[in-house]
Amino acid sequence: MNAPAPTSHYPAAPTAQTVETHTLSVLVDNEPGVLARVIGLFSGRGYNIESLTVSETEHQKHLSLITIVTTGTPMVIEQIKNQLDRLVPVHRVVDMTLAGNSIERELAMVKVRGRGEHRVEALRLADAFRARVIDATTESFVFEITGKSDKIEQFIELMLPLGLVEVARTGIAAIARGPEGMAAR
Amino acid sequence: MAREMTGAEMVIEALADQGVKHLFGYPGGAVLPIYDALFAQDRVKHVLVRHEQGAVHAAEGYARSTGKVGCVLVTSGPGATNAVTGLTDALMDSIPIVCITGQVPTHLIGNDAFQECDTVGITRPCTKHNYLVKSVGDLPRVLHEAFHIAASGRPGPVVVDIPKDVQFARGVYAKPKDFPHTGYRPRLKGDMDKIRQAIELMAQAKRPVFYTGGGVINSGRAASELLRELVKLTGFPITSTLMGLGAFPAGDPQWLGMLGMHGTLEANMAMHDCDVMICIGARFDDRITGRLDAFSPGSKKIHVDIDPSSINKNVKVDVAVVGDCAHVLEDMVRLWRTQARQPDKSALADWWRQIEKWRARRSLAYRPSNEVIKPQYAIQRLYELTKDKDVYITTEVGQHQMWAAQFYRFQEPNRWMTSGGLGTMGYGLPASVGVQLAHPRSLVIDIAGEASVLMTMQELSTAVQYRLPIKVFILNNQYMGMVRQWQELLHGGRYAESYSAALPDFVKLAEAYHACGIRCEKPGDLDHAIKEMIAVDKPVLFDCVVDPKENCFPMIPSGRAHNEMILGDAGVSPEEAVTEEGRVMV
Repeated sequence: MNAPAPTSHYPAAPTAQTVETHTLSVLVDNEPGVLARVIGLFSGRGYNIESLTVSETEHQKHLSLITIVTTGTPMVIEQIKNQLDRLVPVHRVVDMTLAGNSIERELAMVKVRGRGEHRVEALRLADAFRARVIDATTESFVFEITGKSDKIEQFIELMLPLGLVEVARTGIAAIARGPEGMAAR
Repeated sequence: MAREMTGAEMVIEALADQGVKHLFGYPGGAVLPIYDALFAQDRVKHVLVRHEQGAVHAAEGYARSTGKVGCVLVTSGPGATNAVTGLTDALMDSIPIVCITGQVPTHLIGNDAFQECDTVGITRPCTKHNYLVKSVGDLPRVLHEAFHIAASGRPGPVVVDIPKDVQFARGVYAKPKDFPHTGYRPRLKGDMDKIRQAIELMAQAKRPVFYTGGGVINSGRAASELLRELVKLTGFPITSTLMGLGAFPAGDPQWLGMLGMHGTLEANMAMHDCDVMICIGARFDDRITGRLDAFSPGSKKIHVDIDPSSINKNVKVDVAVVGDCAHVLEDMVRLWRTQARQPDKSALADWWRQIEKWRARRSLAYRPSNEVIKPQYAIQRLYELTKDKDVYITTEVGQHQMWAAQFYRFQEPNRWMTSGGLGTMGYGLPASVGVQLAHPRSLVIDIAGEASVLMTMQELSTAVQYRLPIKVFILNNQYMGMVRQWQELLHGGRYAESYSAALPDFVKLAEAYHACGIRCEKPGDLDHAIKEMIAVDKPVLFDCVVDPKENCFPMIPSGRAHNEMILGDAGVSPEEAVTEEGRVMV
């Protein structure tokens, strides 16, 4: 096993290692092309993107926050952070998973179509999940739900037999607990 | 003092303020305003190349031999895309380049205009950073920032894409000092705790080895001096990557030769068997490590690098010091001296005895011939006949490059220009143009293969135009030698497309370019021919006809470890090497 391929002058691929999921907060200059640099880095080096959100956070300072959920071996995760840090418009990279005290939330809008008992059940479940109705017709609802990803996934799963039409999710936003901001960490 | 001028004039002004003396380029529609501004001044001298790839390689040669930023000017569309190979080469080998590209006017961007391409999109992954300047007000800041980013930290290429309307627009120019760069400030000083840990590991080492790379050269002359001092102080053996040759003198007894796929046996065995590895400014590339799971299994590893992403990328290290080589080496030397550290003398002596045994196997040996010129012999004679001169060497890529690295013994940094990371055939000739321009009175030799050199042969015309007396020393074996070697070793000797069936007559080719052509076919004529080449005061194509079947040894075979090297048949077997060693000991 792990015998080198006889006709290649490159070293053999490493044997499989355990993969971890990490959430990274990346503070960047809000300038054209910065998202392309980040995404290009992930596609060019073969890293995974599970979720990605980006938005301007401090208008006066022209700063945006990118939150990326990625998977990889511990060595690959370290590489991703270092490679991100190397991009000129990137100010800070914080591994929220490693810091261990972060809150992660996601928002989803869920459209469900149905009548009669299905409609009542959907509304009841939405209430249990603290989802709000943000649009309604006589045969449909759009629910707004926020929470951790697994809660949203569970809600979507429950809506499936009740007439789920479509889902729009924002991806994960993350922030650290406590009084300190990202710049101080 | 702020002055109003056009964007094109700002480019020239900024280049002059950044100390640029030479600019390599090729004109075209989208950069004509800048060429117009060039025409009206004499502070920045423009060198007209024959292909944009050549412009970037020439700038690389200029940068590597001087330590300054190399500068390029090309047009939009094909001008920019032709430069991509050179930019990627500079990125892989950490060479500081500022490349200015023309772009179609801003209102036409995205319209598939004539000679339009998405330059920032195309060059994003092959530059350290790039800019599209959409307003003349941003231009001075961006130009100065480009030089700062190219030269600081881990150096690399930076592209500044300037639309034609921005070149015509008028704005206020400002000097570099008006733009203190706040965002990008790479760390130079290493963490002292980590450096102390490194010194502690080194002091306890029984089988240490220094493994150094291009980072030492990039860090500047002081880094090489400090490295020499530290190696002398410790008495440890030292090896280097292809990119790092010259940082430590090859004539020194502590020098083990280059390591890696075609490195010496003693260097690779020392890497495999060491207990403490001190990596300075190198990046554990796959040509160096061979099989990763068998790479130096028993050693504690120290890694000094200015780029945090180089650390723990391929190989997990025990002590990582992020910082500039010269700064960290200075701290290491000082700590070693003030703490009066002494390694275990008897263990070190045992280690050196072991290394001498490996050395006795003479892994670079080849079978000499009186009939045909052996390529190794050609390099050896070239070295012997030029070593006392002020000489700079560039290479193309392939067997000749490895032989040059093995047999040309570099004593000083910045004397060796080669395409290491990207492995760009056609690098050496244009690079030598850049080197010769920076060092007009020095002897500049491109050690070439006949296949590589044909990829950028047109730059000979540039050398002739600017009276740059470069010497292109072609080891002509009529094959793409390294391809042929791999086909022989890995693909059952099926030489698919690696034989050049219709080579030009290089002597006549040289004459067609108004250069000088010399051919040599017999070992006995070689010295005389090389002396003739050196004496000619114009560009020379030297067609050195060598043994077409010669392979480059030693070699770490595909996917193997350092201790599984194969040697050429002229090497000394382990048994004989032991007896030879025995004789020495008696």
